[in-house]
Amino acid sequence: MSRKILEVRGLSRIHGKGCPLCTLHTGPEFDTNICPFCGSVVAAHDINFDLYRGEILGIIGESGSGKSSTVKMLYFDDTPTSGQATFFDGAEQHDLFSLNAAQQRSMRNKRFGMVYQNPHMGLNFQISAGGNIAERLLMSDLKHYAEIRRRAGELLSRTEVSLARIDQNPKTFSGGMQQRVQIAKALATRPPLLFLDEVTTGLDLSVQAAILDLILEIQNELDTAMIVVTHDLGVIRLLAGRTLVMKHGRVIESGLTDQILEDPQHAYTQRLVASAL
Amino acid sequence: MNENYELPLEDAGYSFGFLDEYAKKEVRRCILKAIAIPGYQTPYASREMPMGRGFGTGGLQITLSLIGVQDTLKVIDQGSDDSVNAVNLRQFVQLTCPGVDVTEKTEEASLLQSRHRIPEKPLTQAQILILQVPYPDALVVVEASEARRKIMHAEADYSRLLVKLYEDIVHFDEITISHRYPTRINGHYVIDPSPIPRWDVPKLHQSKALVLLGAGREKKIYAVPPYTLAEPLVFDDIAFRVEDFRDATGVRHACRCCGSTVSFLDEFSNDQGMVAYQCSDSAYCEEQQQTGSAA
Repeated sequence: MSRKILEVRGLSRIHGKGCPLCTLHTGPEFDTNICPFCGSVVAAHDINFDLYRGEILGIIGESGSGKSSTVKMLYFDDTPTSGQATFFDGAEQHDLFSLNAAQQRSMRNKRFGMVYQNPHMGLNFQISAGGNIAERLLMSDLKHYAEIRRRAGELLSRTEVSLARIDQNPKTFSGGMQQRVQIAKALATRPPLLFLDEVTTGLDLSVQAAILDLILEIQNELDTAMIVVTHDLGVIRLLAGRTLVMKHGRVIESGLTDQILEDPQHAYTQRLVASAL
Repeated sequence: MNENYELPLEDAGYSFGFLDEYAKKEVRRCILKAIAIPGYQTPYASREMPMGRGFGTGGLQITLSLIGVQDTLKVIDQGSDDSVNAVNLRQFVQLTCPGVDVTEKTEEASLLQSRHRIPEKPLTQAQILILQVPYPDALVVVEASEARRKIMHAEADYSRLLVKLYEDIVHFDEITISHRYPTRINGHYVIDPSPIPRWDVPKLHQSKALVLLGAGREKKIYAVPPYTLAEPLVFDDIAFRVEDFRDATGVRHACRCCGSTVSFLDEFSNDQGMVAYQCSDSAYCEEQQQTGSAA
């Protein structure tokens, strides 16, 4: 059985009315992703990649390069202008962008997980930490209270959040702890595919390290495939086996992370690596 | 038939049942749709009534659309036939539906319009219960957007309501919803069963009578058809519980008037500051007193 979990082909997103020249006159070589003719923004164009079970794929690039746009489309937060994404779920295979809205929501709730940079987007601050995890479990049709409590406790322990705080509101938590609750929530349904969008941005270094260790442990333990979006080379170096480098909505370089970091081919990647070192 | 009624219809200046025939037909069509899709909130063109929204205009429009001269009406407000709201509604129907009989006895009524209670006496197939509803959507407490609520209903996604129950159990060791308990109808739509107490929720399950719920301000009608599943939203391992009216020693309070220990009780303080209990359903209580058969 193939271990491929996600196949993305020709994924594009243009904000604005678009014109036939949009993609021809934008990109790294033009140093812009704004079409000079119609003013549309080419957020992502012709993104192609495969993702395998248990693999962590990094997407790196500067602000506005299209890395978050790519993940948003795959998580159904945004609709692509064109392209295809196939999700391989055991024996089943789903063309993600052909699913209707209800099927997409079901996929989001049961098979995908998302950890946002801003915990306010991923957590409900009106309810307890345990309630946030319960929400995910209830969405996947688990209706047994004791089992929900047990699973929530287990997940919070796993993400190193004290069990004594399970019934407290996450707004009373530190930023790092909120991020860990978000990870616990995302993992509640044991999704085979997890998206992490700038999860360590804004956290101090020691907390960053703890979160990254946690992500690696989870990957090893659950064999979860992950797409990690970041502008931090350190995160990519530590987590990702393969990396896509994006600029102005295009993938300008892709390959094994070590290779990209040790021997960057594109001028932008070279500058990126040099600036980090 | 109330033969002594003084105001003939031709002198009243409006149609039988106050609403014009077109309006009544439209409401009846919505009722049919609501029955066909149990628990679904059917939108309808709620008319202006000669009373403020919140005084039972939704229930009243259903009543006036269904009522005919052969009908006998009972109007209840919080279990009582004699409260101001119930009396006013009853008088309005009497005024606008000449010849319709009214009653305080549950078993005599063919139509029962009620606010906040379902009568203690079991209803029959020949009866229709009309409940006045202030907030028709059970999801309104967890989702402000009506567009999103519609999607959640369509997909039977009630996980956020269950999260609310989860939080209740976490913080208070039990579900604290005293009325408007979310109830799943026919295995799909979850309704707000109007502000009936939890005590009354099991009466909706496989009810012999048709139950219609009307929200005038929110312009929605929904139904629990006869012999339909009506299950309160609960966790698999935590059973639904109704009010037990037990004191600290575990003894069930009894009605101070009829002595009933099997009815829903209202709690109030008397002039001496003592807490007393009395049947909420006044007609039931009177009957128990007359027959002396209270349990």
